[in-house]
Amino acid sequence: MSRASSEEHELIESGKPRTLAQTLREKPEIPLAVVLFVGLVGGWELAVRLFEIPKIVLPAPSAVALALWNGMQGDFLKHFGITFYETIAGFVLGSATGLVLGALISQFRLLERTLYPYIVAFQTLPKVAIAPIIVIWFGYGVTSKIVITATIAFFPLLANTIVGLRSAPQEQIELMVAFTATRWQVFRLARLPQALPYIFVGLDVAIVLSVIGAIVGEFVGAQAGLGYLILQKNFNMDMAGVFAILIVLSGMGIGLHLLVNAIQRRVVFWMDGSSDRVMGA
Amino acid sequence: MLIEVAGLNKVYRTREGEDIHALSDVSFGVGEGEFVTVVGPSGCGKSTLLKILAGTLRRTSGGVHMRGRPIDGPSRDVGVVFQAPVLLPWRTVLENVMLPIEIQKRDREKFALQAQHFLKLVGLEAFSGKYPNELSGGMQQRVGISRALVHDPALLLMDEPFGALDAMTRESMNLELLRIWNESKKTVLLVTHSIPEAVYLADRVIVMSPRPGRISEIIKVDLPRPRPLEIINSEAFGRHVVAIRKHFQSLSALDA
Repeated sequence: MSRASSEEHELIESGKPRTLAQTLREKPEIPLAVVLFVGLVGGWELAVRLFEIPKIVLPAPSAVALALWNGMQGDFLKHFGITFYETIAGFVLGSATGLVLGALISQFRLLERTLYPYIVAFQTLPKVAIAPIIVIWFGYGVTSKIVITATIAFFPLLANTIVGLRSAPQEQIELMVAFTATRWQVFRLARLPQALPYIFVGLDVAIVLSVIGAIVGEFVGAQAGLGYLILQKNFNMDMAGVFAILIVLSGMGIGLHLLVNAIQRRVVFWMDGSSDRVMGA
Repeated sequence: MLIEVAGLNKVYRTREGEDIHALSDVSFGVGEGEFVTVVGPSGCGKSTLLKILAGTLRRTSGGVHMRGRPIDGPSRDVGVVFQAPVLLPWRTVLENVMLPIEIQKRDREKFALQAQHFLKLVGLEAFSGKYPNELSGGMQQRVGISRALVHDPALLLMDEPFGALDAMTRESMNLELLRIWNESKKTVLLVTHSIPEAVYLADRVIVMSPRPGRISEIIKVDLPRPRPLEIINSEAFGRHVVAIRKHFQSLSALDA
């Protein structure tokens, strides 16, 4: 303890290239997370072996790792590609629709009063419940998955775009009007940039939901994709395989979330820590 | 006269159908190159008056003319400054100053020089590439003033431009504003609720009283220019302040 606290004082005089030890002390959550991870996985492995839990109930981490390795050599990539495509295409379709509709609704009160009840009604429908209908309408291929994903990605963008486009301070608008700005100029020069932090919150929520959307679609009926693969493995009692796919899926979700955040930091450079800006799905 | 206001009325109708007289029979004129301040307690309609002059608010009745033409909407010949600097945080200082040029689709190259000139005038030429959140409140307001001047308007309208600043910054901004006014030869109409500020800056002070918003008196300030800050302590300055304050004391006596 005394050693750690004495070294904390040295930290103040930085400027020198930092050592591994320094980095660890600045971010104590890193070693803690590693310890937690090793503890959890180790405990899990131990428990499975000790209590001889059947592998169709809970596979050992080692078995999952092996299944992951084998899957990567095998057909994981192909199915990953399909699910990834469905996720991205659905995300683009749904969020673009939400963005455009949100922009229109925010600018025309009449449109809001007319459309919003329908949109809320649509949003309260569980998408899982309408997924079978969509599969019937659009078939068992990727199209139905893209449509299901789009219906899920749509709302976060719609809601955040509307709120964001109305977030410009009244004085800012008035000032631009006094400088003879047209309505379109006010929209382009003030409202839209002001809405960007909100829009990115919407994009972040939507991209994570899009992965769920694609999987839901594949559960309902598909011939390929990671969701389809999970069902296959489930039927074959290949629990280790199911867990391995879950790891791939969460990796995809995390990767896409980080990508959206990285783009946000570049585009909305004048704001920091804007990620806690409300408005979920 | 650059601005002529005659028998101006503004009536707001509340949701209950009640009429509120924000401005009642307001008449005055502002000469070319003149510095006029409007002072009064909140609710006297001074901001309403300014918005009507800026063309962002419609009048109920009466005449408002600029160079003989009625003011029926925002004009390219007017620059405005509000209490909040309302700079766009994603634009650099220079880009913020250039906003009216962009909106009015004027020659950017030509006015970029003008923008640099005004930034220099307010002492911010070194900050033209910075973003607003890197600037203090006083500096941001100075950017706002440059933005209001960049398109070379005939009239500068200011609505409590230094109201959000601390007393020290406020004094130096007043001094600076007089210098800018002197160099740019603009006509300025500035709204404030500070009596000393109104006297210090103005050629004439329009004193307003509330319910209904109307002009109590127009006081000519015959203090010599240029005015150093110390003039605030002079007897002549004090006389003007007292003359204005008289109106508000009788008012609060009425209220009580």
